[in-house]
Amino acid sequence: MLTKRIIPCLDIKDGRTVKGINFVELRDAGDPIELAVRYCDEGADELVFLDITATTENRKTLVKLVRDIAMHINIPFTVGGGIRSADDVRLLLENGADKISVNTAAVNNPSLIDRLAAEFGSQCIVAAVDAKYLNDKWYVVTHGGRNATQLDVLEWSKELAGRGAGEILLTSMENDGTKEGFANALTAEVSQAVPIPVIASGGGGSLDHFVSVLKDGGADAALAASIFHFREIEISQLKKHLHENGIQVRL
Amino acid sequence: MSVVIIKYNAGNIQSVLFALQRSGVNAMVSDDPAEIQAAAKVIFPGVGEASTAMNYLKDRGLDKVITNLIQPVLGICLGMQLLCAHSEENDTSCLNVFDDVLIKRFKPANNHLKVPQVGWNTISGLRGQLFDGVNENSYCYFVHSYYAAENPYSISSTEYGVSYCSAMQKNNFYGVQFHPEKSAAAGKQILENFLSI
Repeated sequence: MLTKRIIPCLDIKDGRTVKGINFVELRDAGDPIELAVRYCDEGADELVFLDITATTENRKTLVKLVRDIAMHINIPFTVGGGIRSADDVRLLLENGADKISVNTAAVNNPSLIDRLAAEFGSQCIVAAVDAKYLNDKWYVVTHGGRNATQLDVLEWSKELAGRGAGEILLTSMENDGTKEGFANALTAEVSQAVPIPVIASGGGGSLDHFVSVLKDGGADAALAASIFHFREIEISQLKKHLHENGIQVRL
Repeated sequence: MSVVIIKYNAGNIQSVLFALQRSGVNAMVSDDPAEIQAAAKVIFPGVGEASTAMNYLKDRGLDKVITNLIQPVLGICLGMQLLCAHSEENDTSCLNVFDDVLIKRFKPANNHLKVPQVGWNTISGLRGQLFDGVNENSYCYFVHSYYAAENPYSISSTEYGVSYCSAMQKNNFYGVQFHPEKSAAAGKQILENFLSI
C-alpha cells in the first residue's frame, strides 16, 4: 500500500539552511547537505529545497548544491525557487534533482506548466500554491507571500492539475511558522478537488498536527521545516506516532 | 566492471550515475551502439513520455541494439515500460522484449486514486537474484501514471488500486517500475544485486 510521506523542507539562502516566520526573520539552521543526510538516516521520505533568494547570481551556487545533494542522498528531492523556464528546469534535473517546484512563474504564465509537463513529464512538476485567507476566501499569493493575486486557491489548484502538474504543494501563509497546526479544512478541499497528490505545508508543530492533516486534511504528504531542523520533532518519532495512529508510513 | 547507462531523451540519468558511484561503480553514459554492446551491464533508465522516447530510440537505431543485447540489462521506470509490448501512453508500440506485456494507465475513478502514484509502496512476491537479501514487503519509491499488467515474467508485485507487476525478468533482461536509485537501502541492495549478476 502506498504510504503517506513526511517531507522536511530546507529553505536555502547563500548555500545555508535558514528558517523564518511567515517567510521573514530568517535564522540560520545549518549546512544543507549535513541536514539532508541526517533526514535520510532518520527516515524522511523525500526532501524539498527552496532557494529563497533565487537570484540569477545564486543560480550557479544552487546548481552546485543540487549536485552535491544528489551525490549524497538516496531518496527523492525537489528543488524550487525562482524557476522561470524550461532551461532552468533542465539544468536542475540534469544535476540530479528529481522534481522541481514552480510558484510565481506559473501564476505569471500558466502555460509554463503545460510546457514543462510536456517536456519533462508531470511526475517531476510540483506546483507550489501559497494560500492566504482574506475576506472569507483563500487567495493565492506569490513572492513568498508579499504579492496578492485574485486567484482562488481551489480553482487555481484545479487549473494547475489540468495543465499537467504532478503534485500540489499547498502552503497556508496563515499557518506557516505558527506551529499551531496545518490548514486542515483547506487541505481537504484541495485534496478532494484535484486528482493529483497534495503536500500540506505550514503550521506543523506537534505529532498530532501531522496525524490530523494526513487523516482529516486528506493530504498525501506533510511538509515542515524548523521543527525538524531544531529537533523539536524527530522524524523517526513522528513516523512511529503516525503508524500507531493507523496511518501507513515507511518505517 | 564496465556499466553503460543508455543515453536518450528521458531524464534521471544523473541520479542513476550517482547511485552507482555510491556503490563504487563509475558508469559511462552513452548512446553509441558499440559502447553499449561492449558493456558488461547495461542500464536503461528513463522518466518521460513513451512515444517520444520510442521515436528517439528508433531514429538512432537504438531499438534494435537494445533488443539484441545479451549481457544483463536493467530497465528502470519508463525503461522497463519500453521493454514491454505496448503502452497505452499515446498508443505506443514498444520493444517487445517482455512479449505481450501491456502497459496500462491507472484509472483515477478507482477508489479516488491519485494519478500519478507518487511515493513509497511495498514490493512483494519477490523472486530471483535481483531481490537477494531484500525483505518481502520492502518499501521502494515509485512515480508513475502507467503500470505493467501482471504477466508471466513478474518477479515482484505492488498494489495501487490494482495489483500490478512492479518488476520482471526474462533471460538477461530485468525491469523495475520503481526507482532503485531513490529507494534508500532496499534500492541500493537491488542495484548491487543487478551489478553482481
